[in-house]
Amino acid sequence: MSDRFAFIGARVVDPGAGIDEVHDVVVADGRIATDDGVEGAERIDASGLVLAPGLVDLHTHLREPGEEHKETVATGTRAAAAGGYTAVAAMANTDPAIDHAAMVHAVRDLAVAAGSCDVFPVGAITKALAGESLAEMGEMVDAGVRVFSDDGRCVPDARLLRNALIYAKAFPVEVVLADHAEDASLVEGGQMHEGSLSYALGLAGRPAEAEEIVVARDLAVARASGGRLHLCHLSSARAVELVRRAKAEGVRVTAEVTPHHLAFTDEDLATYDTAKKMNPPLRTVEDRDALREAVADGTIDVIATDHAPHAVEEKDMEFDVAPPGTIGLETALAAVLTHLVEPGIIDLLRAIEALSTAPARILGASDHGGPLEPGRPANLVVFDPDEAWTVEPPFVSKARNSAFTGERLRGRVRYTMLRGTLTVAEGKPTR
Amino acid sequence: MNEHLLSMHDLTADDVVRILDTAESFREVGTRVIKKVPALRGRTVVNFFLENSTRTRISFELAAKRLSADVINFSAGGSSVAKGESLKDTALTLQAMGADAIVIRHSSSGSPLQLTKWVDAHVLNAGDGTHEHPTQALLDLYTMREKHGRLEGLRVAIVGDVLHSRVARSLSWGLVTMGAEVTLVGPPTLIPPDAPAWGTHVSYDIDGLLPKLDVCYMLRVQRERQRLEFFPSVREYARLFGLTSARAATLPDHALIMHPGPMNRGVEIDSDVADQPGSVIEEQVTNGIAIRMALLYLLLGGTGEAAAA
Repeated sequence: MSDRFAFIGARVVDPGAGIDEVHDVVVADGRIATDDGVEGAERIDASGLVLAPGLVDLHTHLREPGEEHKETVATGTRAAAAGGYTAVAAMANTDPAIDHAAMVHAVRDLAVAAGSCDVFPVGAITKALAGESLAEMGEMVDAGVRVFSDDGRCVPDARLLRNALIYAKAFPVEVVLADHAEDASLVEGGQMHEGSLSYALGLAGRPAEAEEIVVARDLAVARASGGRLHLCHLSSARAVELVRRAKAEGVRVTAEVTPHHLAFTDEDLATYDTAKKMNPPLRTVEDRDALREAVADGTIDVIATDHAPHAVEEKDMEFDVAPPGTIGLETALAAVLTHLVEPGIIDLLRAIEALSTAPARILGASDHGGPLEPGRPANLVVFDPDEAWTVEPPFVSKARNSAFTGERLRGRVRYTMLRGTLTVAEGKPTR
Repeated sequence: MNEHLLSMHDLTADDVVRILDTAESFREVGTRVIKKVPALRGRTVVNFFLENSTRTRISFELAAKRLSADVINFSAGGSSVAKGESLKDTALTLQAMGADAIVIRHSSSGSPLQLTKWVDAHVLNAGDGTHEHPTQALLDLYTMREKHGRLEGLRVAIVGDVLHSRVARSLSWGLVTMGAEVTLVGPPTLIPPDAPAWGTHVSYDIDGLLPKLDVCYMLRVQRERQRLEFFPSVREYARLFGLTSARAATLPDHALIMHPGPMNRGVEIDSDVADQPGSVIEEQVTNGIAIRMALLYLLLGGTGEAAAA
């Protein structure tokens, strides 16, 4: 395969450079090259296609080590490439947890060996994610970690979070503390958003105020400490409003939302479909619309997948026994194009910013997220924004618990390129 | 009639009348010396009970046997489910053995609906988690109609832990379908906040309500709810919401006292009240068999005239 490529006639959407225009993009020696390098390059007709910086997922569960029956680093990163991603942040809730430097190296080495996508391990805030004592953040920062999270669990008490936020100021690089905001006492045993439908279905609820309470707490602690906070997968209108106000006051906070929270509501659970069971839960139409609006106005910075693979037999269980979560890497771009860009809620530039540029910045992944300027690493995605397809197994991911199964979406990845190497060509993963 | 019986929401008023009328014709069978008709001869009914239940299981077993069906009882203790086999695999096994109907009792809400996606057999919900218990609701409707001659316009209070009660859901939805006037009563922590959307009223004042009732339906109090602080103590619950003798005395003479069982005597209902003439708690049990016969007969398309059986 050639090591020089020329994408001819692409619509280049590059938020880092503020560009949305049609021009050729040339890649040589793993980097973006100037147009005079086009001679001798493998020409790829990209007319009608969008070329953008490779997507960056701030919230992926790769499950390895410990739960390789759900996903491995190799299968998860291949799924990421298939979805247009060139970098993902691997959440710390593996077994053992990513709570020390050796684990950071181990997970990253698995990703390097697989070669589909860069992996940035997220460090645990507390040892073994137990919510009791702080993990040794310093050695993990030295190993390259920039984001810490006990995701899957909420940091249980304010003192722990406060100390972590303050302690993180010691490091020469910006370190972000990311919290899964759900008050444990209010969501214990909860299966879905608490509301009319949970009462009717006889399922224990996870009320919206469980998120609101923790978001308010975390923002207060971040404000007072001056620490750098990130809020994972927001799901409720009131939590969004709290973040909006805190940002206006200058609190150092960023926030993310998942494609499924932007696409679905609790009404989609009426048939006890375990594929749509997640934490935090899908909420009301009003919440969903507030999340969409928050992506548009920048209150929510990032769209992250919360890719949560589970084995078929684990999801094919009674609703209250099935684990929460959906895979998302292969559908995120199309879901955003279908549910946000097509209806005109955001434009393509904002979509790519939320899916690539913003998460790359938070993750400290300076090689990713653009700008696609000569000399920069060639990490990019080329997709057809109009191609319609129906989501259905098989997936590239080892898992098939997709909340989008059966959905008709628009937008399909044609090429993904990691440092000049095609990880996806003609819509198919190459490795 | 639908293919399955999962929820009272699936039944129209006409469906309910048809079920109650069919049960009426089957009730006489239970009074004979030979309590059996050949309506479901050769058909297989599996009682798939993954949660402890004596009265509902026995009631379904008797109903199926009186229709001459072959009955298999499958309970969680010692079964493959206890050994870690999934609900789906167990259901597929029952299917492979030729079950025509599966009667399922399960602690997980929604499991009967999930079962219908995996098997071809007719599925009857015998109580799923905190969701529904439609056969209980139908036998209660039968009992009310028998005693009052009608359901439309009946004033019914359902008292207790409505939030976690599958009986309360099915019964209140069934009553609303039939045009009754339903009031849910209990501690505010145990009443769904959007109960008015169910077409029901809500009251926290049992004393003000009792003199106006045609039916006072008491729910079982789960003591574990107290541990989760839904109410301070069983003693206080009994004081505020229990049907004491003094309270029962304020009911109109014609009012029925009902309970799905098993009762906590001295908590939600005083012993003397449970045993007094207005109490039809034992008749509820008797009627349960006729209702379950009717449902099995209608769902499985039994042969022979039910009325003439």
